[in-house]
Amino acid sequence: MSTSTSLPGPAAAAPLLDPQAGLPGRSPVRSGRRSNTPAALSRTSRYKLGNLLVTLILSLGAIVMLGPLVWTFSTSLKTHDAIFALPPQWIPDPVMWDNYVRVWSAGPLLSGIRNSLIVATTVTVIGSLTSAVAAFAFAKMKMPFKNAAFLMLLAGLMIPFPTIMIPQFMVFAEIGWVDTLLPLIVPGLFGNIIMIFFLKQYLENVPDSIIEAAKLDGASYLQIFWRLIFPAIRPAMAAQFILWFMAVWNDYLAPIIYLNTPEKQTLQLVIASFNAQYASQTDYPLIMAASFIALLPVLIVFIIFQRQIIESVALTGGKG
Amino acid sequence: MSTEVLRSKPRRSRLHRREHQVALLFIAIPLIGFLLFTLYPLLYSVYASFTSWNGLAAPKFNGLDNYIKMWNDPYFLKAMWNTLFMMIGIPIGLVLSMALALGLNRKMRGTTFFRTVYYVPVISSIAAIAILWQWAYNGDFGLVNQVLDLFGIQGPNWLADKDTVKPALIIMATWKGLGYSMLLYLAALQSVPRYLYEAASLDGAGTWQQFRNITMPMVRPVTFFLVVTSIIGGSQIFIEINIMTPLGGPEFSSASIVWYIWRQAFNNLHMGYASAMSIVLGLVIFVITVIQFRLNRRNQFSID
Repeated sequence: MSTSTSLPGPAAAAPLLDPQAGLPGRSPVRSGRRSNTPAALSRTSRYKLGNLLVTLILSLGAIVMLGPLVWTFSTSLKTHDAIFALPPQWIPDPVMWDNYVRVWSAGPLLSGIRNSLIVATTVTVIGSLTSAVAAFAFAKMKMPFKNAAFLMLLAGLMIPFPTIMIPQFMVFAEIGWVDTLLPLIVPGLFGNIIMIFFLKQYLENVPDSIIEAAKLDGASYLQIFWRLIFPAIRPAMAAQFILWFMAVWNDYLAPIIYLNTPEKQTLQLVIASFNAQYASQTDYPLIMAASFIALLPVLIVFIIFQRQIIESVALTGGKG
Repeated sequence: MSTEVLRSKPRRSRLHRREHQVALLFIAIPLIGFLLFTLYPLLYSVYASFTSWNGLAAPKFNGLDNYIKMWNDPYFLKAMWNTLFMMIGIPIGLVLSMALALGLNRKMRGTTFFRTVYYVPVISSIAAIAILWQWAYNGDFGLVNQVLDLFGIQGPNWLADKDTVKPALIIMATWKGLGYSMLLYLAALQSVPRYLYEAASLDGAGTWQQFRNITMPMVRPVTFFLVVTSIIGGSQIFIEINIMTPLGGPEFSSASIVWYIWRQAFNNLHMGYASAMSIVLGLVIFVITVIQFRLNRRNQFSID
């Protein structure tokens, strides 16, 4: 690396682009060593000033990130006239909780939630188990052509859904599954290669010796899976499970292809048709109430499991 | 080979065969799923792309007709161009998320809070996000124009103007994806060994030089991953278009390629033509992935 240049760098670089700054405990060490020199003092105070500036910028950004969501919630509590008020009201007056009452009868919101729950739960619970069993075989068992099979599954990730959706639709149409939840559920039951990939990675850290020992004790492979592997990979599985659940919950393209009858649609489709239906009547409070209800479950799951989710995502990208 | 030496061999190989069988059984489920729901439809798509097919009668072979039609179809070309155009949001998003990650990598209060806040749009349903941004982009009463109004700017009717509909979609996509790339960059930044900066600092390298020569190369794998996944994801943009501009936008200026495929296949029942376009999309994604992998390999040499 060519960092040996003797030119001094620009002294007043933007604090945001200060990679050194991210090193915890660095400047305190420095200032401790030569605490009497004014240069050291200015270094720590410059760092603090930088922090202040960065916090300010990040706060502005946070307002931009949350603004539209807060606006959605605010709109959902307004009267029909209040949405056109100028200047805009951030705090609705009067507060129309009634929008959250009439939204349930304005469209098939409840059946939408039920359908989304059925699809997401069935797919992720069964799919996670099949993925975990397959990951166990890929990571810890001997089999000819194992790597070729794994690479084939991985290569499948490169194939975009739009490329295969037309024949897939025709097949499901042939067996009469269109306008049912089955085309959304059944393919997912066979497992998820992304999950297999990460569980396999995770299992590489589990020593072979404990499996060998269990084999010598006469345990079957299924027993080994349940008693040794499953408890070991449970944390990794939980994170992948949540991510997958949210992905299925938020899915839109496959549902829009397969589901026509309003009562059979998933939540995402229901709110989209709320949007199409009530926008012409400019009933935005109702649309926003429905959208907010659709956002809420995932938001709650995220806030509860945010540490696991964020760690899992950070790990995922790093390995990729 | 004498049997005395390897007395235990038959037993061992029987055990091995048993292990092979069980392993095959365990991986059979995803393999069958792959064959049924990915490989078979893929091959059928390739076949259907050479046919005239309305989904009701059997596909009729018509050679390269669909592919020739494509290059003369102004809507297809427009949709391709729109999809490509909207990808200029990718570098913008990467630069912004890198800056955010550098900020969050500092030793200060509140970083966990900010990390969570920036991640909220990522986990939110894109359908709901599209709906609320459609409202935010409303020309008269939308949030965006009201904020612009504070600065004395008269905002356009974003989604109804052919010049602003694509930027509007780009802004929204950047807003939604920022937290994800920020998080990956942050994880990468935290794993850069500290001594590299110390050595560089001793050598007199300034902040910018350290960023250019240490940080950037060290996080390059993440940049690579994000570029590849963003291009793959971006080339399949559909939901926002379907919800915010259901008819492809003013003068077809927001129609994406997947939106056009979907419309041709399921509204106009041009299944053969749509299959051909979906094959082109698949090939484009494949080529981009391969090129990126090759570039990445070359870059890795230069880091070493």
